[in-house]
Amino acid sequence: MEEMANVHIMGKRYRVPAILTIMGAMEYAGYHLVRGCGCRNGFCGACATIYRIPNDRELKVCLACQTTVADGMYIATLPFFPLLKELYDIESIRPAQRIMMQLYPEIYSCIGCNACTKGCTQDLNVMQYIAHAQRGEYDICAERSFDCVMCGVCSSRCPAGISHPQVALLARRLTGKYLVPKAEHLERRVREIENGDFDRLLAGLMAKPREELEALYNQREIEA
Amino acid sequence: MYTGEMLSSIAKVEASRKGRVGAALRRMTADEKRDILGRFHPDYREDRFEPLAIGPNRGEKVPLELAALLQAKSRVADSRIDLDAPAHEVDVLVVGGGGSGASAALEAHAAGAETMIVTKLRLGDANTMMAEGGIQAADKANDSPAIHYLDALGGGHYANVPKLLEKLVTNGPAAVQWLNRLGVMFDKDANGDMITTHGGGTSRMRMHAAKDYSGAEIMRVLRDEVYNRKIRVVDFTAAIELLLDESGRARGAVLMNMETDEILVARAKIVILATGGAGRIHYQNFPTSNHYGATADGLVLAYRAGARLLYADTLQYHPTGAAFPNQIFGALVTEKVRSLGALLVNRDGVAFMHPLETRDVTAAAIIRECRERRLGVETPEGFGVWLDTPMIEIVHGEGAIEKRIPAMLRMYSKYGIDIRLKPILIYPTLHYQNGGIRIGADGQSDVENLFVAGEAAGGIHGRNRLMGNSLLDVIVFGRNAGQQAGRRFKSVRPGRPGLEHVVRYEAERKKAGIDTEKLSPLLLPTYTHRRDGHNAAS
Repeated sequence: MEEMANVHIMGKRYRVPAILTIMGAMEYAGYHLVRGCGCRNGFCGACATIYRIPNDRELKVCLACQTTVADGMYIATLPFFPLLKELYDIESIRPAQRIMMQLYPEIYSCIGCNACTKGCTQDLNVMQYIAHAQRGEYDICAERSFDCVMCGVCSSRCPAGISHPQVALLARRLTGKYLVPKAEHLERRVREIENGDFDRLLAGLMAKPREELEALYNQREIEA
Repeated sequence: MYTGEMLSSIAKVEASRKGRVGAALRRMTADEKRDILGRFHPDYREDRFEPLAIGPNRGEKVPLELAALLQAKSRVADSRIDLDAPAHEVDVLVVGGGGSGASAALEAHAAGAETMIVTKLRLGDANTMMAEGGIQAADKANDSPAIHYLDALGGGHYANVPKLLEKLVTNGPAAVQWLNRLGVMFDKDANGDMITTHGGGTSRMRMHAAKDYSGAEIMRVLRDEVYNRKIRVVDFTAAIELLLDESGRARGAVLMNMETDEILVARAKIVILATGGAGRIHYQNFPTSNHYGATADGLVLAYRAGARLLYADTLQYHPTGAAFPNQIFGALVTEKVRSLGALLVNRDGVAFMHPLETRDVTAAAIIRECRERRLGVETPEGFGVWLDTPMIEIVHGEGAIEKRIPAMLRMYSKYGIDIRLKPILIYPTLHYQNGGIRIGADGQSDVENLFVAGEAAGGIHGRNRLMGNSLLDVIVFGRNAGQQAGRRFKSVRPGRPGLEHVVRYEAERKKAGIDTEKLSPLLLPTYTHRRDGHNAAS
């Protein structure tokens, strides 16, 4: 007999196979999800969920698709968390400290409670990456926040009203666009293509009969 | 976490590991590939396909599950919809909120078109978000668009539409440059040079990545840019039918609010379908690596409107889906794991093939290893073979896994498996719709003013797509569709929107004796996890 667990979904009790994720348990219970379900693989942040387990006072958070149920679990989903997203023109802003000051000044009101870090469903050190953003160290903020799925749990717990995922996204875009050196080989290749440097080579290849293409493919040299 | 039987097999994998590092593995000959595909690839199972009875591709075979959807009843067949009271009136309507939809919307908007995105879930809820391994572009000195072309053509079994493939490879570097200029953080060395690797079937190292969050990094930047440019996004709203004018040109769509079932009309001069793939249809009962919303909706809408499909009979089964533990059954284990040196190893600890054959060949070889040779490891859902992840750190040094594939490390650590120390069990998972709606080089389908981009389009990849050519495709053809729409919308003199094509299709259904009450598009799958004794693989 399959091992079962008793769980409470939105306050109502269900008996579900203990092997299921929270998302699976909700479907087993009869939910046909529209909200709170996205990639089902831990990349999109759509299924932020809060839960309690018996004899533990802590209100825990997770992604429903990435967490196995436990006996006695109380589950409530957070299908939508409205983050604050400021608008900007990526072409005209620059990676200077004042851009964060202008767009997301609340990061300087961080009281260091670390609730964001404790809440992170990806186990990121959220408070730390915000500290780097405060100091204008956008490349470090970018690196440390890279695995963020923007579920918004951190922000739901922040007494300073910080939208951490949006701060991190701005830091990453500034880093990707301005702080990391350009790939010269890429710039060169785009110019060569625009210049038509490869047109003849490609046209010649496309004109070949299938047998010849097969021979070329089967004998092509593979970079080691 | 692993069972006793798995652990004793792991001991054999560990015993042979050192001897496998640096050892050369032979690639298969063209004949060997043909043979293994014919005998083991799911696309070659004749009993799982049927010819379509109606529509533009009548007489051509497609998977049973797709035939059922294409020939199902329209969701608006029994409704009266007031087309004269549109909720939205725009120049360009983009259906779908993934990478191609966002790219198309950005370009159409930049060209001055009033543009709106409708998506049945949220903007960014799409397969793009889940693409892990990378994006191809021929931008290194030893590479060229022609070499990229040949790699994709051979991998696609010479079935790629030449003009589409030409567009893909020649626009590759510009696509990566566009993303980089928007702020996408590609993996680079200290000089700014792109760190590139091989994918299955590539002859040059042209796989650009953003760790193993490549698609997520691209998608979150595109989404942010859509918001920055104040492009209208209507989420949790599905397109359930296209509108055509009296000349048969696209003229908008019938929309449905996913939460309230309210029906709305959106009129447009041009429609861009960017609805993605079909993994959630679970062809041949395979599990899938796809997003919750991947249900072939765009194919159904376009087919009813008269657009031909191309290669709808070919699907991609990604060789390495998670086979264990059950909670992540079918989830994607990125090809980058093999690019970085992990080998495919059977129950006895033997590396049974070169790890970077094309995806169809690799998937077929894994199925053969389990079914014919009986050298797979038993799992609760069937079988799997080992992907020997600890080899990565032997080849690239300690810390390489955390740096290059952090998502994989995290996914398994949640179930108590440290992939730096232990190998993982994998089996092919339904991953990609190789075919789709036929388009020309301008991105337009057979229906005038109906453009298609991304996984919903067919022909670019022939009958098998290479790793990294899909992220490239969504950007190149998404931008292309948006640019074409942006050039064209001003000269479109739209007619009166109608649903006569749906009435005609219903009549065709009746005439062909199709009397199913099943509705399509499917919109979302239904999972019950064996509550009622059966369930599609989740």
